[in-house]
Amino acid sequence: MDYFAQQLINGIVLGSIYGLIAIGYTMVYGIVGMINFAHGDIFMIGGFIALISFLILVSIGLTVVPVILLIVLLVSMAITALYGWTVERIAYRPLRHSFRLAPMLSAIGMSFVLSNFSQVAQGARVKPVPPIITGGYTLFEGDGFAVRLSNVQIVVVITTVVLLLIFSWLVSRTRLGRDMRACEQDQTMAALLGVDVDRTISMTFVIGAALAAVAGMMYLLYYGLVDFFMGFVAGIKAFTAAVLGGIGSLPGAMLGGLAIGLIETLWSAYFSVEYKDVAAFSILIIVLIFMPTGLLGRPEVEKV
Amino acid sequence: MTGAGVTIEAPAPAPASRAPGVIFIFKKALISALVALVLFSLMIGIRTEAGPEGQLIWWTRFGDLAAMVAIVFGGSIVMELLRQWWGPVGTIRVIPPSVHGALALARRGIAPVLLIFTFLVPVIFYNQRYILDLGILVLTYVMLGWGLNVVVGLAGLLDLGYVAFYAVGAYSYALLATNFGLSFWICLPLAGILAALWGVMLGFPVLRLRGDYLAIVTLAFGEIIRLVITNWQSLTGGPNGVSGIPRPTFFGIPLTPGPDGLAAKLGIEFSPTHRIVFLFYIILLLALLTNWVTIRLRRLPIGRAWEALREDEVACRALGINITTTKLTAFATGAMFGGFAGAFFATRQGFISPESFTFQESALVLAIVVLGGMGSQLGVALAALIMIGGFELFRGLEQYRMLVFGVAMVLLMIWRPRGLIGHRAPTVFLRHSQAISSDLVKEGHG
Repeated sequence: MDYFAQQLINGIVLGSIYGLIAIGYTMVYGIVGMINFAHGDIFMIGGFIALISFLILVSIGLTVVPVILLIVLLVSMAITALYGWTVERIAYRPLRHSFRLAPMLSAIGMSFVLSNFSQVAQGARVKPVPPIITGGYTLFEGDGFAVRLSNVQIVVVITTVVLLLIFSWLVSRTRLGRDMRACEQDQTMAALLGVDVDRTISMTFVIGAALAAVAGMMYLLYYGLVDFFMGFVAGIKAFTAAVLGGIGSLPGAMLGGLAIGLIETLWSAYFSVEYKDVAAFSILIIVLIFMPTGLLGRPEVEKV
Repeated sequence: MTGAGVTIEAPAPAPASRAPGVIFIFKKALISALVALVLFSLMIGIRTEAGPEGQLIWWTRFGDLAAMVAIVFGGSIVMELLRQWWGPVGTIRVIPPSVHGALALARRGIAPVLLIFTFLVPVIFYNQRYILDLGILVLTYVMLGWGLNVVVGLAGLLDLGYVAFYAVGAYSYALLATNFGLSFWICLPLAGILAALWGVMLGFPVLRLRGDYLAIVTLAFGEIIRLVITNWQSLTGGPNGVSGIPRPTFFGIPLTPGPDGLAAKLGIEFSPTHRIVFLFYIILLLALLTNWVTIRLRRLPIGRAWEALREDEVACRALGINITTTKLTAFATGAMFGGFAGAFFATRQGFISPESFTFQESALVLAIVVLGGMGSQLGVALAALIMIGGFELFRGLEQYRMLVFGVAMVLLMIWRPRGLIGHRAPTVFLRHSQAISSDLVKEGHG
């Protein structure tokens, strides 16, 4: 039971990270109707930028951890958001009215560009960082097994929750959020009613990338390493989360993220670590076959 | 963007309208450079590396950063000038009929010329091992491209996990040959059949999926196969792969220097090049088999059903075409050719490991099919030649190769989303064949 509780905690933390990435997938899919294949690599870039800005801040003599974290968070969100904007501008916008496969293939190309760009720019080796947030609490101690909740885990979950609150306020209460929802329903109509569709789509990518940057930073804090290849697998898993939650649905993305995080952690804990990715991918296939609309998604009407 | 559109669409830009163009170009380049500065500030300006004691060290590279920003600035100006000169993307250019006729002639003539040339390659370049190896590589990808073309180009099912069938074929042959001592010629059909079975196994669950969802499921399937191969150490040797895979024989006669070898039997002097030439002709024949089967199938009802499925699935169903068998045969046929190519790959390399079957491989084959114009057999062959040849050009710049490949894929999609030979001739026609530029064809929802 204690072991299970510990895995539950680990799973929720991992799930928060996946959920943050999944939101980017689900938003873009909702508005543009394409799988932003490069989103996983945006997450990776976010991790790298967090790492580099962290290193700089430490070496200029800053020691107050909360200040460092806040600056790193803002810097990585800002720069990664610009990456998201640039990717959309270069690779997707010219293809918006092209045939269906074009944006998808362009996105795959962009994914290669981003991951290999960071390989070329930062080297292929794994970059480790020392633990930034240390310490934690022992929740309760069973027969020889202590259930621990580390401070990193608390930070990850709290940051995720705060960002989600800000984000849902943004989508439901602001002008931008209204524009986004309008574009999701009908782009032509939204444009006729004075919504700047191009700008709204750009902002969607910017917000998605900023959330992915947060996920990248959380990943860095939690696992203490980044490498240029981590975006691919994390991206597919987050996409699985988005599909599981019902693509296009924002609470669904978070829910799906948590579910994937839990499944992966529990699978590694009770079955085998080697096959944890196989488990996640199998879930993707099973979900798409048996409930293509996911947990909270709307059924898609087939039109001629 | 909109400002550019206005100046571009003017038929003959007068000097007066050029003046704001200069400012516009400059402004645009400046913005691009600024964006690049922010993007690259940390990723290029700072280099991190794990130090000797495991902690990270970093140093600055402001020179590289400045160079990159300057390149973006200059590149942006050049791009904008090119765009003004060339006109907006998507303009339909009027080709004079004489040029059109010459092009059509060239198009008709290129296939036989290319085929004859390919047959002669081992004769012409007999002493150049490098060219022969490259030829084998190109032909392998031509075969993979033609195989995937059945699924993507004809049936319109976007398959991102094609490498899975390649892997199944390669491992089938490798394991059957090393464990049971079966020969290449027995294993080749077995590898194809096994891959086709896997194709059906993948096909069944994804029958209801379309477009992007189908793509992502096939991608997941490809990754699952690779992960299982990597982790099932007792069977596949895991990341160490399978080595000592036997070479193919010529009707049971091995191509070895010994007295039993083909060279000794024919009474000629042994040379290792014989084997390379032999492999070259095997893959050439396999590729031609793929091509021939595909062309024949296109004339059968099933091939026509594939093409109909690509254009409109709903209409297909309304016309009483059995979607299940149509999709499954497409998957199985494509997978079978992938399996053949995989078996050939295993026998050529003599060693296989999961590293050869990553997603990048699937993307490369898919890029070949798309570049080839999705459905055009000749286009796919030319695209494979261009892609693999291009890859070879960047062999010296190993780490930049995939970067260049990614950039090329994005640019290709922007400039020629329909491939280099964007032309789709219907197989069935009423009274007279009418070629439709595929720019005008709307893709179905397959």
